[in-house]
Amino acid sequence: MLNKTLHISTSPHIVKGNSTQVIMKNVVYALIPAALFSVFTFGLSALLVLGTAVASCLITEYALCKVSGRKVTTSDYSAVITGLLLGMTLPPAFPLWMVACGGFIAIGLGKFVFGGLGYNVFNPALVGRAVLQAAFPVAITTWTDALSADRFTSIPSSVLALPFMEPVYDITSGATPLSAFKFDHHITPSFDLAFGMIGGSLGETSSFLILAGGVYLMIRKMANWKITVSILTSVIVLSGALHLFNAELYPSPLFMLFSGGLMLGACFMATDMVGSPLTTKGIIVYGAFIGILVVVIRIWGGLPEGVMYAILLGNALSPQLDQWLKPRVYGTSKKKKS
Amino acid sequence: MKMLNIHKDTFKHGVHPPEYKEETNHLPIRQFDFAPVLIIPMAQHIGSPSEIVVREGQEVERGQLLAKSTGYVSVPIHAPAAGIIRKIANVPTISGKMSPGIFLEVFPFSGQEVAEGMPLDLETASADEILKGIQDAGIVGLGGAAFPTHVKLKVPDDKNCEVLLINGIECEPYLTTDHRVMLEQTEDVIHGIKYLMKATGAPKAIIGIEANKMDAAEHLERFIPEDLPIEVKVVPVKYPQGAEKMLITSIMGVEVPSGGLPIDVGAVVVNVATAAEIGRLLPHGWGIQERVVTITGPGVKNKGNYLIPMGTPLRYVLDQVGISDNISEVYMGGPMMGMAVSNLDISIVKGTSGIIVFNDEDVVSRNEEHPCIKCGACVEACPLSLNPSRMGLMAKFKAYDRMAEEQNLLDCFECGSCSFVCPSHIPLVQYFRLSKSIVRKRKSAKQHA
Repeated sequence: MLNKTLHISTSPHIVKGNSTQVIMKNVVYALIPAALFSVFTFGLSALLVLGTAVASCLITEYALCKVSGRKVTTSDYSAVITGLLLGMTLPPAFPLWMVACGGFIAIGLGKFVFGGLGYNVFNPALVGRAVLQAAFPVAITTWTDALSADRFTSIPSSVLALPFMEPVYDITSGATPLSAFKFDHHITPSFDLAFGMIGGSLGETSSFLILAGGVYLMIRKMANWKITVSILTSVIVLSGALHLFNAELYPSPLFMLFSGGLMLGACFMATDMVGSPLTTKGIIVYGAFIGILVVVIRIWGGLPEGVMYAILLGNALSPQLDQWLKPRVYGTSKKKKS
Repeated sequence: MKMLNIHKDTFKHGVHPPEYKEETNHLPIRQFDFAPVLIIPMAQHIGSPSEIVVREGQEVERGQLLAKSTGYVSVPIHAPAAGIIRKIANVPTISGKMSPGIFLEVFPFSGQEVAEGMPLDLETASADEILKGIQDAGIVGLGGAAFPTHVKLKVPDDKNCEVLLINGIECEPYLTTDHRVMLEQTEDVIHGIKYLMKATGAPKAIIGIEANKMDAAEHLERFIPEDLPIEVKVVPVKYPQGAEKMLITSIMGVEVPSGGLPIDVGAVVVNVATAAEIGRLLPHGWGIQERVVTITGPGVKNKGNYLIPMGTPLRYVLDQVGISDNISEVYMGGPMMGMAVSNLDISIVKGTSGIIVFNDEDVVSRNEEHPCIKCGACVEACPLSLNPSRMGLMAKFKAYDRMAEEQNLLDCFECGSCSFVCPSHIPLVQYFRLSKSIVRKRKSAKQHA
């Protein structure tokens, strides 16, 4: 009985339940309601854009793993998340070949060149989005109206545009609430914003469903609620102060909260564990930094929306935040110089 | 009845592993039979190994001195049973190193009576005599560290011991030895505390107990005479509260300075089972011969708390309690900090607080390691507010010196909370063990150069 070979391993010999894969899988679950809603509002084209984004990310991840001789990591769900997030930041009639370019860049430039999952500095989906915005400024700001009658029967011709050809838009482009505010000074009602009855990028539209997905992750402790709360609070406080100062010039905090990509950014992108700080103080400063930048870019910047750049800059800052705001180590009187 | 002192305060961070204590915490301590041959290693404690004073073929009484201490940080070893020294040879130990050892063939009629030594009367003995008595009894920290207790009790001339903390926390999952000792050896515990207070000059003692052992807390509270300055404090359940530093913070609200000792904040911490041994042995001048061990885990048939003679081979122990057919790993100590056993021919020694047997399906070490996703779970877990995520990355890049200088690596006491919570199954604490030993080697190399 006792002649069996024993295994040995180092302590601890028990672990807590959560695994990285389970966390990633749950992020995907949390994104699904908002993704489905975008298919409901924008129809077939939304489905095609999301599908292409996920597929291009997975294919890129697979190909780059193979080429570099690494273990293929497509099954860890992180590429699926990047694809979904990228797709959700794009307009519904965005040409599919451009979507695929974005997926390739997100994984290749956003993640792989840094050394793969965990080593990337920036949120990969936003890196893809940023390059697309620079490369295709027209396509990425051309919006289709939500809830059009033929959305499940026809596909906008721009979606199927041939690679490197200028897409032809056969639909009237509705402005997003933020560009309407920026360029025409028109304010969309907050209820429509919260429930997604508006034009905009796929995942920008239903703030409510995105928030619900985010809350699910926070309850399961798979996203840090402090980041989201810190961002949203700083947006409310800063835009609220401005609104009180001059309600004509500056929109209400509710409008700021539910328009554009803020909810998606605050619930799913800024909370991306890899790009955010680890320490509590760092997390709060990071969130406040992003929130303030969002308001500043939206109100005084040249672009209608600033969530993407705010988060990318926050990502760049976060390793330093951890160092600067390092918690006091037990038994030391003051912070050690580093 | 006095009201129990239930404390809300605790140290920062920490984790809540499942406890698994309910399988053994109600089982009374049972005496274990003598194995036919006891294998007694000389390296049972931290410090220099004991030196054998018997020869092959010699007959010994139970309690007789087998090996003497070899310096200040060393303790003697006594015969756990009456028998004959069959062999003196190198024997394996849990660390994987061999140690000189004694093979003691137990006489079939060896009873429980012990050879009397030099009794040490509590009333007349001086502090130094008590320290000497504790050393002569071969007592080391029974919580698992096996550090010679008399060394720890020696208060430096320029310091004062303001409080004696008795550690009844037992925060490791599965283990219930201290719990049973507090319930069943209550008088020994209190008598031991009296010796300890005299030895350290502490004006008062506090027994720290976690809230999952309320029965032990109430029992002790009932037993403590009104006129003794001994207090029982119940603290919330959290790992690693049994670590000296954490216990001090939970109970006294102060932090032990980095690189310092409990006495720097006026405290001396002693494990409750160690206190019980002192209270039991010193009045008779006996040496330590046996200890309480929790034997448990999914692979064990007759789980329980057993009083096992030192030197009992692990193989014999497992044979006696019965184990399942598909055992995979055996640990000595708790599942958070205990070591995996590579060889069943090692023995129960003074530092063995538990034996845990896992079947194939219970083993987690084969979980695949994934990259760190910077989730921060380890940062939230580390009781010392270190940054295990960053240190893990630095260890991968072999930046050991920077880990020590910038990240306080040497403060890490390897509680394993970071590895426990890591969703990517990164063996963080193992990296830190290796990094620490490399940094220490480099430091001593520098000193010698």
